[in-house]
Amino acid sequence: MIHSHPDKARAFVADDERAHWHDKALWFVRVKRDRGAATVPEWEALRTAAEGIKAHTLSRLGAYLEEFEAKAAANGIQVHWARDGEEHNRIVHGILERHRVSLLVKSKSMLTEELHLNPYLEARGIEVVDTDLGERIVQLAGEPPSHIVMPAIHRKKEEIGELFHEKLGTPKGLSDPTVLTGKARVHLREKFLSAQAGLTGVNFAIAETGGFVVVTNEGNADMGTTLPRVHVASMGIEKVIPRLADLGVFLRLLARSATGQPVSSYTTHFHAPLPGGELHVVIVDSGRSQMLSEAHRRKALSCIRCGACLNTCPVYRRSGGYSYSYLIPGPIGSVLGPHRDLAGHASLPFASSLCGSCTDVCPVKVDLHHQLLVLRQEAGEEKLIPLGKRLGMKAAAFAMARPGLFRAGGRFARWVLRAAPGLARFGPAAVWLRGRELPEAPRESFADLYDRETAGKPEERS
Amino acid sequence: MGKVGLFIPCYVDQFFPRVGLATLRVLRGLGLEVEYPRDQTCCGQPMYNTGCSREARPLAERFVRLFAGYEAVVAPSASCVSMVKLHYPELLGGTDEVRRLAGRTFDLSEYLVDVVKVTRVEGEYAKKVGLHRSCHGIRELRESSSSERMDAPFDKTRQLVSQLRGIELVELDRPDECCGFGGTFAVTEEAVSCMMGRDRIADHVRAGAEVIAGYDMSCLMHLDGLARRDGTKLPIVHVAEMLEKARLSR
Repeated sequence: MIHSHPDKARAFVADDERAHWHDKALWFVRVKRDRGAATVPEWEALRTAAEGIKAHTLSRLGAYLEEFEAKAAANGIQVHWARDGEEHNRIVHGILERHRVSLLVKSKSMLTEELHLNPYLEARGIEVVDTDLGERIVQLAGEPPSHIVMPAIHRKKEEIGELFHEKLGTPKGLSDPTVLTGKARVHLREKFLSAQAGLTGVNFAIAETGGFVVVTNEGNADMGTTLPRVHVASMGIEKVIPRLADLGVFLRLLARSATGQPVSSYTTHFHAPLPGGELHVVIVDSGRSQMLSEAHRRKALSCIRCGACLNTCPVYRRSGGYSYSYLIPGPIGSVLGPHRDLAGHASLPFASSLCGSCTDVCPVKVDLHHQLLVLRQEAGEEKLIPLGKRLGMKAAAFAMARPGLFRAGGRFARWVLRAAPGLARFGPAAVWLRGRELPEAPRESFADLYDRETAGKPEERS
Repeated sequence: MGKVGLFIPCYVDQFFPRVGLATLRVLRGLGLEVEYPRDQTCCGQPMYNTGCSREARPLAERFVRLFAGYEAVVAPSASCVSMVKLHYPELLGGTDEVRRLAGRTFDLSEYLVDVVKVTRVEGEYAKKVGLHRSCHGIRELRESSSSERMDAPFDKTRQLVSQLRGIELVELDRPDECCGFGGTFAVTEEAVSCMMGRDRIADHVRAGAEVIAGYDMSCLMHLDGLARRDGTKLPIVHVAEMLEKARLSR
């Protein structure tokens, strides 16, 4: 396996201080989310409503997308359809080329990350600047985002000071977040002022109005779409919702789930191009309709990318975004990646203790831990489970189907553990024993005690 | 009432027989007729959670055969019960027999509270106790509310043990974070699993717990294995053992 989660996770955990720092930073966000959610008495009803709206929309997605297209076109928005990343990138490049764009400012978009838009445009001579502070940090560092809402959450402020010193020429040794943000602000203002086009993602597209909504905390999407005259918005086909009235359900859930805020700082509604400008929406499939066609995968398309399942995941918090082979890390990424390419992400369905915290925290009730369990069965069917594990399970199942063998084998194993405990290190418990002790092996099993208890004989302490 | 079938998970049978015995005594103490089908082995959860449904299926089928005749099936393990209750129908196809069994299989705490309707517990357990509520009890069986959902808080296990004289249930910083056992996860993702477990233990120690109590020996075995390796004095106890000498009444 080229990229295995356990190996990357082991390396992350090895730096105990840093792993705990990462865990605590994200747990802090989870606690803020809890406080935010607790202020809404109808929180669980909102989750149920959001789940229902998404399920309904996905059941007639084509119709809603076409309604959106027609309404958007009537508003003066130019709508494009892209089957995959290649087609999407070609369309975006075509628009930029027509306007002789040499600098594009982008607000946060996991979709363009998925479609590798930045390298595509850079290879064609266009400078692309990510303007979300966290995204700019990872862009300057030459890294992908390690979290879908907080892309640079893995970086400490001292490291960001160092990076800014190296890339932006700020004084050495800065680590005050306000000072660093101020430096980034000056740097980004220059980019906003000189860019000829802006690109954003889409949080929600509304079929009824033909408008769409972009949610940010930094106002960077607004800067990037009001200064340049050309605005391109990229959206996956799953981003459409039927009515404007549905939007409130999602907005109330989204900000609280993501960061605990009652509302994000900027919720911008786009309905038409700027006077004298152009507004393009590129609607991308890129594997989504395949997921839609399979009932057991469909629900994952409801995700609104709040990141709550990452923040709550005890494994993500302790292994970091880069331990996941798919670009979206954490529980939702461990579902989306393998749904697309199971063989390429075979270790991800197993990068979970199946504790179910992700499922309970999800604002649209994606059954994340259950989908991971289903993906494990698919991995088993396709023989993507390591051979040792598969044979171990076969052997265990063979013994467990034969009570006599199970009882005799158990008795023997317990005898060995008592007589020669050192031997355990060479058996199947070797990995367990690296950091843990085995339980003490009792002389009698429960079956033995049961017979005695039922016969009314006194218990023999072992 | 008809007979109760006692479901003792394979690793409890082999490594924690005292927990099985305590469960048996708690149930018999209530005047119930309890029987232990001797041919039971494993419910198939380890195989199923590892993605080996082919290996899990025959074990699930023989489990259904062995336990079909009982009015209720009770186990001292929320995790194994969740396998039967929630996952047998998807693994075996939802036949009537499987559904009937799924609906009648209970973890000890929920059986005592929901079916027997125990409201009073008279007994003693004079210790500072950290209650480890395992994930499958919380988020699959819903034996208690989860910290993620904004439902009214409840906890069936706490409802029982909190009545014991002298008990002090300590408050944890993270009341329902996973301990990191997770079945074969404990081995496949050994590094993260151990870190999760050590963090749980640290939370219990900080809260002043003298003992960790729970309703899943698998989580407790993992936590105990870590505590013993690290020289932390934090013994484990199953809820059944805490209730063994108490008088339970409706």
